[in-house]
Amino acid sequence: MSSSQALSRNTILDSVRANQPAAQSMPTIPHFHTNNPTDLVATFCESIARMAGVVVTDHVPDLDSFLRTKFPNAKVICSAIPEYGGTTQPASLNHWSEASTIDVCILRSPMGVAETGSILLSDIELQVNTIAFLAHDLMVLLDTKQIVANIHDAYQHTYFNLRPYSVLMTGPSGSGDIGGIVVHPAQGVRSLTVLLSPAPDAGQRTG
Amino acid sequence: MSRPVDQAKNAETFLADTVHEQRLDELLWAMRMRRDAAARQVPEWEELRTLASEIKEHTLSNLSQYLIQFEARATANGMIVHWARDAHEHNQIVYDILAEQGIDALIKSKSMLTEECELRPFLERRGIRVTETDLGERIQQLDNQPPGHIIGPSIHKTTKDVAVLFSQKYGSDPNNEDAAYLAGVMRENTRPDILKAHAGMTGANFVVAETGAIVVATNEGNADLSAHTSPLHICSVGIEKIIPTRESLAVFIRLLTRSATGDTITQYTSTFRGPRKGATMHVILVDNGRSARLGMKRFWHSLKCIRCAACMNTCPVYRRSGGLSYGSTYMGPIGIIMMPTFEIRKYSELPFASTLNGSCTNVCPVKIDIHEQIYGWREVMEENGQIQVVKKEAMRVADAQPSDPLPDRHGHTVNRTGSPSPLRHLQPLECMGQAPGCPGSHNRNIS
Repeated sequence: MSSSQALSRNTILDSVRANQPAAQSMPTIPHFHTNNPTDLVATFCESIARMAGVVVTDHVPDLDSFLRTKFPNAKVICSAIPEYGGTTQPASLNHWSEASTIDVCILRSPMGVAETGSILLSDIELQVNTIAFLAHDLMVLLDTKQIVANIHDAYQHTYFNLRPYSVLMTGPSGSGDIGGIVVHPAQGVRSLTVLLSPAPDAGQRTG
Repeated sequence: MSRPVDQAKNAETFLADTVHEQRLDELLWAMRMRRDAAARQVPEWEELRTLASEIKEHTLSNLSQYLIQFEARATANGMIVHWARDAHEHNQIVYDILAEQGIDALIKSKSMLTEECELRPFLERRGIRVTETDLGERIQQLDNQPPGHIIGPSIHKTTKDVAVLFSQKYGSDPNNEDAAYLAGVMRENTRPDILKAHAGMTGANFVVAETGAIVVATNEGNADLSAHTSPLHICSVGIEKIIPTRESLAVFIRLLTRSATGDTITQYTSTFRGPRKGATMHVILVDNGRSARLGMKRFWHSLKCIRCAACMNTCPVYRRSGGLSYGSTYMGPIGIIMMPTFEIRKYSELPFASTLNGSCTNVCPVKIDIHEQIYGWREVMEENGQIQVVKKEAMRVADAQPSDPLPDRHGHTVNRTGSPSPLRHLQPLECMGQAPGCPGSHNRNIS
């Protein structure tokens, strides 16, 4: 740290110490589980739908034909899951901005949140973080056993303590900045589809 | 010395334009209604507000320790932590980081702190091109206007305004007012700048001391995009944004978006704990008057603010005046209790832009006693001789008002002598459902 930075740091901390009010105690934070919904999967589906996300609850036997049907114009299908090849993989991208060339990216999320309809992604699943916002459309697999009740539970996930980047994604990007009318997409992904699908191997991904 | 901002006069100009005034009022009131509906869906809502208030008061009263904890954790995570005493030092740090690498273009997501520091003009004067990635902020940048609202910077503009602006700046169809079309125009025109950017900048909604993490909430995904498309991420943070733990973060995330727009969460709620591989991440902890405000016995609670704008959406003066009328970085109820701490004379009139109906306090997710602080600032202005003679006289007359003022045919309140109250802009414009002593419901029709 330069001497001028050390001076600034000390000046600010001295001023804070001199001015901060008498110490007040930290409250105990409950997780409010008594108010949990009885059906986490149904609540998750309702919550994400409110945020313009799409949930596929039917069993999908053939992922490739499903993707081809849902995204008939997609040329670049990037797979970030081992059980499906796609036309490319995140590791093939030469530059982080190249994620913008992806039509559809398929990933698996380690956690869903019923309260908000969010799915968790981190640099582990994404491999190239920009996929979360530069790819055109996202298809995210989620095991219903990995849906937690609320945001209190969600922030207990180890990713928030371990990973450089983690995001709770809830529907496609959107904006209400033009005349207060909510539109999708804004600058991020155009669509977010969650496909409820059991994890092929519970030990496959670690965090 | 700056002349005081005449908010009332600016508001009169805005009110004369009935199209914009009515549209803004409708939009903001609809947000307030959505906020109410969202709050009602959460049985523990009031408990969450109490917790949020207590967590903030605990953190602010132990702020030095949490700042040091954050610095240590963030550094261990690979971030480079800077300290800025004021706006100039903040801006200089950003410039030096960019200049050292020969970077002359920056993409940035919306950050009220960078507005407060006037970063953009600072960088542009030094030859650095800045592209805002938040749609509303970019609209305001293209129109050479500051934000009119802290979460919806261009909310005072109609779709027609935006269509005309984009046609001038981007050559799009001036007659196509479809919001999806216009958002597409912006996406097409800003993506090239974003993809070739060498540096990106964000603010922060929360800073978690325990994990050394920055948390940013956007609907557009533009903070993530600004942070990670390029190999250099600079993050500016006010020192009051610190919270202790991930556990406490959950309380604020549950309150923030519900209070702001009535949604349960933003589309992207992102945690940056360190640079991605091969990249650099700088965090600038900014004081700029905050530590001094911490010592103001009557006003330090305003540092609890999480910038949700619920107080603005519910405020009858803000909804009818427009954010630009305040002539300040922060506007509405939270703005009028924060701005005098930056420059007391310039913002000496702002505490009078309120009906003191208490609705702001009632919707605040961190329980800031906003309307009481507004009253407190009026007293400070009086004690410091900042109130103009005419305003003093107006206050004297208001004190003499009967408790049941009669409406005149224009809807203005009148005193017993029949003359319009000189303080009519300070009279309650309407009864707010949650205001103390005001149990009635709002009777406007919002489609």
